[in-house]
Amino acid sequence: MQTLESILVGHPFFKELKPQYLQLITGCASNVRFNAGTYMLREGAEASQFYLIRHGKVALEIPAAQRGHITIETIEAGEVLGWSWLFPPYRWHFSARVVEPVRAIALDGTCLRAKGEEDHDLGYELMKRVAHIMMERLQATRMQLLDVYGVGARGGL
Amino acid sequence: MIANVPDPMLPQLFRVQRVRREIPDTFTLELEPEEGVEIPPFASGQFNMLYVFGVGEIPISISGDPARRRPLVHTTRAVGTVSKAMRALKPEDVIGVRGPFGSHWPIERALGKDVVIVAGGIGLAPLRSAMYQIISHREKYGKVVLLYGARTPEDILYRREVEHWPAHFDLEVYVTVDNATGKWRGSVGVVTRLIPRAPFDPLNTVAMICGPEIMMRFTAAEFEKRGVATESIFVSMERNMKCAIGQCGHCQYGPHFVCKDGPVFQYSHVQDLLTKWEI
Repeated sequence: MQTLESILVGHPFFKELKPQYLQLITGCASNVRFNAGTYMLREGAEASQFYLIRHGKVALEIPAAQRGHITIETIEAGEVLGWSWLFPPYRWHFSARVVEPVRAIALDGTCLRAKGEEDHDLGYELMKRVAHIMMERLQATRMQLLDVYGVGARGGL
Repeated sequence: MIANVPDPMLPQLFRVQRVRREIPDTFTLELEPEEGVEIPPFASGQFNMLYVFGVGEIPISISGDPARRRPLVHTTRAVGTVSKAMRALKPEDVIGVRGPFGSHWPIERALGKDVVIVAGGIGLAPLRSAMYQIISHREKYGKVVLLYGARTPEDILYRREVEHWPAHFDLEVYVTVDNATGKWRGSVGVVTRLIPRAPFDPLNTVAMICGPEIMMRFTAAEFEKRGVATESIFVSMERNMKCAIGQCGHCQYGPHFVCKDGPVFQYSHVQDLLTKWEI
């Protein structure tokens, strides 16, 4: 059976993290499961955790009048769900609906923030990793905004 | 003695067998040659010049199976005068065809390797021929992965085939859309986000990309991040073409002519040109 620590070390988010930090972080981690159709996060609710997705698919969505729920993006195995736990006022900006049953590691954001405050090297390491995800998602969102397949677009002959 | 080679500037006459609507504004044209006209062999990724008489001529990639030349199949989007006139054609109408022209997808080079095909929007059309070829010799390749990005679920091209392929052949298909409402259960996000998720060996992979130029640039960059060499990445370029034989210069792209040296290029040969504003 895999231990929490071995699962964490195998997730891309914690790739090549120093073993002593991994040990600290394991203290803030727990295994969780979510069924399809349930919500892992609710817009406006307190952002006290984030998730390393191991299996399944989650849709980040926002309700829009007359258009139903619009999915911004899906988060899948090997990816990270949630960064609002790191920034005041610690509230979710979107909701996360489970599309395919999810197995994940939940990380207690309050616990990690406290550890990051105590040890700034750990805090910086976490901040860099979250910032990297934010940068990648921002790039993807920019490309989404370009609407490259929009009216008149070709692509290939 | 002068060989009996057809004049590449002279259109051959074909008759429309069927015009099939694929998705809004995109259609497939199935053509049969007039009596006495041969369909020449073609390779996946090559294109023909299709001439709507009295309107004009445009380049369109062949999207059918190179092993089954009849009917001659092209899929395109109705975006300009000629392609809109083409969409309005009816069975039995006559159309002119020149070709095939240009370079092709590196099907032989991919033998024994993992193959990752990335298509964006209508970019799946020029890659479908490659899919057919690979599927028909599936045992000669490693992992075969198709990553396909469309604007919305309603814009997924060749939807039935895309759903059929993974169920009937040993290959993996990942589809994502840029925009979706609650009913869509697939992935949402740009196609580049599928690359870190896809199973392939970066050191033993050939990647083939076709879609809007911006999408291809970002996709190639993601492949590089995963460790795929730029020499193993191939892109299909699009430029205005007239003669299709490298004479008129309309499709000049830096030192290349897209019609003759392309449309399929090794990424390392055009990588620097893709970010040059002047070209």
